[in-house]
Amino acid sequence: MTGRSEVLLEVDGLVQRYPGTRNAAVDDVSFQIRIGETLGLVGESGCGKSTTARCIAGLTRPTGGTVRLGTRDVLSASRSALKSLRRDMQMVFQDPYSSLNPRMTVADLVGEGLLVHGLRPERRARRDRVVELLDMVGLPASSLERRPRSFSGGQRQRIAIARALAVEPRLLICDEPVSSLDVSVQAQVLNLFKKLRTQLGLSMLFIAHDLAVVRYLCDQVAVMQSGRIVEIGSRDQVYGAPRHHYTRELLAAVPVPDPPVERERMRTFRISEEST
Amino acid sequence: MSTPADRAQYGQNLLEIRGLRVAYGNSRRDAVEVVHGIDLSIRPGERLAVVGESGSGKSVTARAVLGLDTDASLSGSIRLGEHELTTLSRRRMRDIRGARIGLIFQDPLAALNPVMRVGWQIMQPLIIRGTGKREARQRGIDLLGRLGVRDAGARFDDYPHQFSGGMRQRVVIAIAVIAQPELLIADEPTTALDVRVQAQVLQLLDELARERGMAVMLITHDLGIVAGFAERVVVMRNGRVVEHGDVDSIYAAPKAEYTRGLLGAVPRLDSDPDRELATVAPDWDAS
Repeated sequence: MTGRSEVLLEVDGLVQRYPGTRNAAVDDVSFQIRIGETLGLVGESGCGKSTTARCIAGLTRPTGGTVRLGTRDVLSASRSALKSLRRDMQMVFQDPYSSLNPRMTVADLVGEGLLVHGLRPERRARRDRVVELLDMVGLPASSLERRPRSFSGGQRQRIAIARALAVEPRLLICDEPVSSLDVSVQAQVLNLFKKLRTQLGLSMLFIAHDLAVVRYLCDQVAVMQSGRIVEIGSRDQVYGAPRHHYTRELLAAVPVPDPPVERERMRTFRISEEST
Repeated sequence: MSTPADRAQYGQNLLEIRGLRVAYGNSRRDAVEVVHGIDLSIRPGERLAVVGESGSGKSVTARAVLGLDTDASLSGSIRLGEHELTTLSRRRMRDIRGARIGLIFQDPLAALNPVMRVGWQIMQPLIIRGTGKREARQRGIDLLGRLGVRDAGARFDDYPHQFSGGMRQRVVIAIAVIAQPELLIADEPTTALDVRVQAQVLQLLDELARERGMAVMLITHDLGIVAGFAERVVVMRNGRVVEHGDVDSIYAAPKAEYTRGLLGAVPRLDSDPDRELATVAPDWDAS
């Protein structure tokens, strides 16, 4: 992660304003993700981080701004261009219980993208690729004919990841992918993300509210508050020497699983303004 | 730093659970046991955390203490002071809830009645025990102010939807503690809150417990908040207690493999982010 590689995603002046609201949900957001880089977007609920992700992925149409993936403009893309853009940008959502069609088998869920984009038209080749993908995320080939119902939350999230990776996207957009998982399962999925990133050279936009999770996974970090990015920089800068007072306050609020340290942190924590 | 008199008093447990088993189901034949005989105790004024992942039985244990599930069959013993709660009538149990045990749940919105003014809800535990309306109102306003709600007098007659998430949780805390319970059971009280609000709510709970000498049973999956809040910890998995002890020794030197795995699985701000997180074998059993 030298930060010298080519820019993959460029978001410029993104605005999302909903009718009848005073403040924009996303207010002039700009950032870049370079090839092989993981950008973490952190903030509290309602700060606009998920809306930003949905605008980039083309799931909702922003009021203004531009989004470029490589050389292509995402927001003014034609229908056919959008299809190939969707292949290049895949999403993993928070809730693996509602993001997977319960009536489809794992083979169909993971293989769907391969079929839609004509990557493995032949049935056997498709199946082989699905088995390969399942292996990559740590699921046995015997999962193929089973449906999401018979898997745990962590396993379902692995299926969702395999499904997203099937079409070899250039950018993976993850919206709170581990926040509904138990601690031990969360650790497994985070380790998996790290492994896949190294193995495949993945570029990621990783959205989360948990600052420690973002620190574990991301090279670059952007902090959002009320629709705006208040601070953006490398992991070491944002966590080691935060410039914005909001970032400092967020970091000071994170509990540390070490009793003497945490007791002291709890005793001294103060919020600057009444913002709750 | 406790005096000998304190120690004598502390020797007596406020809550004592022995061999508790909880099963759900209509008939004895198809009942599923989810808590398999646990022991647990809380001294007066003590803050105990019950930690575990989903399915560990931590919430079921709390619900058993409160007698909340009419379809649960309990065996073993739950003693609160002089009362044996497992055999208490529903009516007597209702008197214990609120007066002697307060409770807070994860979702403050679900815990509040949306069509009732928050003040009226806060006053309820006092009103139903015969306190006059004027006094109940004054105590409610004082408490809400103590919990950091600005202009508590004016906001007392607002509805829940007029409050933010963090403020709603303060209302829920007010309802739970207004009747001065000796024990507060808080089941994931900050899980639905943003990190800064979580920190504030925990501080408030901590101060309140100390001021009133109230014992707290904190049920959570979050090892971070446990570290700062609890004096003693019980780690549960699959309906069993895996480990228990004082908070400092459990974090410094966990005995059970599961506790070690759990502690190593938490990403932390003060650890090397390039080190792989520990994982707990999925089907490792406590038995």
